[in-house]
Amino acid sequence: MTDSVMTRLDPNSRAAARGWSDLTIRNLFIIPTIAFLIIFNIFPLLYSLGYSFTDFRASTNAPAKFIGLQNYRELLNDEFIWRNFTITAKYVIVSVAGQVIVGFGLAMLLNRDIPMKGLITTLLLLPMMLSMAVVGLFWKLLYDPSFGIINYALGLGKFEWLADPDMALYAIAITDIWMWSPFVMLLSLAGLSAVPKHLYEAAEIDRAGPFYTFFRITLPLVLPILMIAIIFRTMEAFKTFDLAYIMASQPTTELISIRLYKMAFLEWQTGKSSAFAYIVLVMVVAITNIYVKYLNKVKER
Amino acid sequence: MNAKIKGVAAGVALTAMSASAAMAEDLVIFWAEWDPANFLQELVNEYEAETGISVTVETTPWSDFQTKAFTEFNARGSAYDMIVGDSQWLGAASEGGHYVDLTDFFAEHNVGEIMAPATVKYYAEYPGNSGKFWAIPAEGDAVGWSYRKDWFEDPDEMAAFKDKYGYDLAAPTTWAELRDIAEFFHRPDEDRYGVAIYTDNSYDALVMGVENAIFSYGGELGDFETYQVDGILNSAENVAALEAYKELYSFTPPGWAKTFFVENNQAITEGLAAMSMNYFAFFPALLNPATNPHAENTGFFANPAGPTGAQHAALGGQGISIVSYSDNIDESYKFLEWFIQEDVQKRWAELGGYTAHAATLESEEFRNATPYNEAFYQTMFKVKDFWAVPEFAELLTAANQRLYPFIVGDEGTAQETLDALAADWNETFQRYGRQ
Repeated sequence: MTDSVMTRLDPNSRAAARGWSDLTIRNLFIIPTIAFLIIFNIFPLLYSLGYSFTDFRASTNAPAKFIGLQNYRELLNDEFIWRNFTITAKYVIVSVAGQVIVGFGLAMLLNRDIPMKGLITTLLLLPMMLSMAVVGLFWKLLYDPSFGIINYALGLGKFEWLADPDMALYAIAITDIWMWSPFVMLLSLAGLSAVPKHLYEAAEIDRAGPFYTFFRITLPLVLPILMIAIIFRTMEAFKTFDLAYIMASQPTTELISIRLYKMAFLEWQTGKSSAFAYIVLVMVVAITNIYVKYLNKVKER
Repeated sequence: MNAKIKGVAAGVALTAMSASAAMAEDLVIFWAEWDPANFLQELVNEYEAETGISVTVETTPWSDFQTKAFTEFNARGSAYDMIVGDSQWLGAASEGGHYVDLTDFFAEHNVGEIMAPATVKYYAEYPGNSGKFWAIPAEGDAVGWSYRKDWFEDPDEMAAFKDKYGYDLAAPTTWAELRDIAEFFHRPDEDRYGVAIYTDNSYDALVMGVENAIFSYGGELGDFETYQVDGILNSAENVAALEAYKELYSFTPPGWAKTFFVENNQAITEGLAAMSMNYFAFFPALLNPATNPHAENTGFFANPAGPTGAQHAALGGQGISIVSYSDNIDESYKFLEWFIQEDVQKRWAELGGYTAHAATLESEEFRNATPYNEAFYQTMFKVKDFWAVPEFAELLTAANQRLYPFIVGDEGTAQETLDALAADWNETFQRYGRQ
């Protein structure tokens, strides 16, 4: 396919005199990347697929024994694993929905002529520049029932944000929303400023109300870029580890990645955790595919 | 061009040689990041002064101590010559070939007699009663309790307590008294709470807390030789013990749902709780006025007895093992020979280390050195421990998954919890062909 666009060099050209053809340059760029991908991505991926059918444990010298689908069978029959999946789904929905609402709302507020717009935007972006571990640690302090500022400011007394099994997951999702709404805001802002002004003028002339303008003009035009933000955030939320691991150790906040980490590096069940990682991979790929299909449909409109 | 390559190669070779030459003189001991590791560094500095061989104590936070150690083992890495590893690692590390077999060393130097028997049994021997030893008991440790002497000795409180419960307020000697005192001092309106206990379920904190109740109630986790758990783990004693632990949770400060040694010491230093469970290794900080404003008013007691009079405590502490992949195994043996000498062990205790050396422990000098040494001495002869099998981490995960929702989340009953846990453990043991 490439050869049709990429032709052999004219032997009399200056490029030929330099000695490097386009083809050589192409290979020079592509081969290291391909080699890197194969060594660090494809090879471990296939190798761990092999492990997922064995009872291998990295902590012992015992050779890996082939046990077929037993790991997958055990994992999918484990009530605790299913609980981890439910928790993760709940977390992803709450935190991504929150980020979209807050982030898009902020973008709408900022998408007008206001003084010091640049400074405000930059300040709003600060949370997402912090490290996850740092955010987790200081939100843990903010939530503290004895001296935390949140309970003090909201007058909640000794409300136990992180110790309450029903509340802890939402408390972590709130932190995640605080941290990542600016990301959605940034992308939405880019989308909003690309909406042609004349559409709004035309709507105004036709006496369209603000709701009509929003749902018929703004939203459809921003949707493709918003969908990209949602895909990114969904994938990230699915993988969340540090925030939840640092903030709470409730069974109701044990996300898949935490369970996977414990299985792989505390229990050293290498084979079983490889199988688990594959189940998670298949799910993430499936969810992303659905999104991408939908995104393409949105773009066609 | 060619000369350049040769030059680089020579440089690399030189660096490699000097590095290996330097390494032969150095020993690295790996441990978790806490005060005793600093005390050990002070002790080994004296070894360097005597022999010229420098020893470095390398540390990492507790939360990733196990992960980091086993990652290094699994990679057959020689970064550490010796490791002060947790007692429950013995199975995994010995069966995995990561530890050097010290059985001959034990026989030659009579280590089994020199060290306190419980420490030899739990820190060194695997499998149980096999006569095979993998570590030299280094830091003895067990769970004890600290309490606020000024609250306990307040005449008004004493009178009110006697009125309510019919006996004198003093450091508890039974779990029933512990419960009463926790209830008595639990006053959320005054920002005072009854008791601080372990609840963190990310590794072994919560399980060790529950073990204190189970062992003192006369219960066991199972038969360590036959791997039978049915009827032992879910016995009537253990059900009562678990209920007692859960009841204590209702007298803890707010938000007490992910707590371990740091939080439990804070409960005392911040004046939050009347009593606090913690490892003896963390008590020096409570006697230091710089770290504890209530240092003068802090007292200590051993884990109280259960209803039948049995009195035990959960074991902490570690033994020191030689890593099989070390390049300095002979040097490490020499270090251990030095370490087990009586005067070195005495010095170790003086520096703040909790020696497991029987003669040092029994000496009047040691027992009177601090307000908690007597309680420590008594406790070290009645400690019990968790499973040390290679799959201990899976047993721990199951225990956390079952115990935590019952204690903190108020789900199910103690009997249901322990029945479910027994079933989980049976399944794990069957999977590894132990039953």
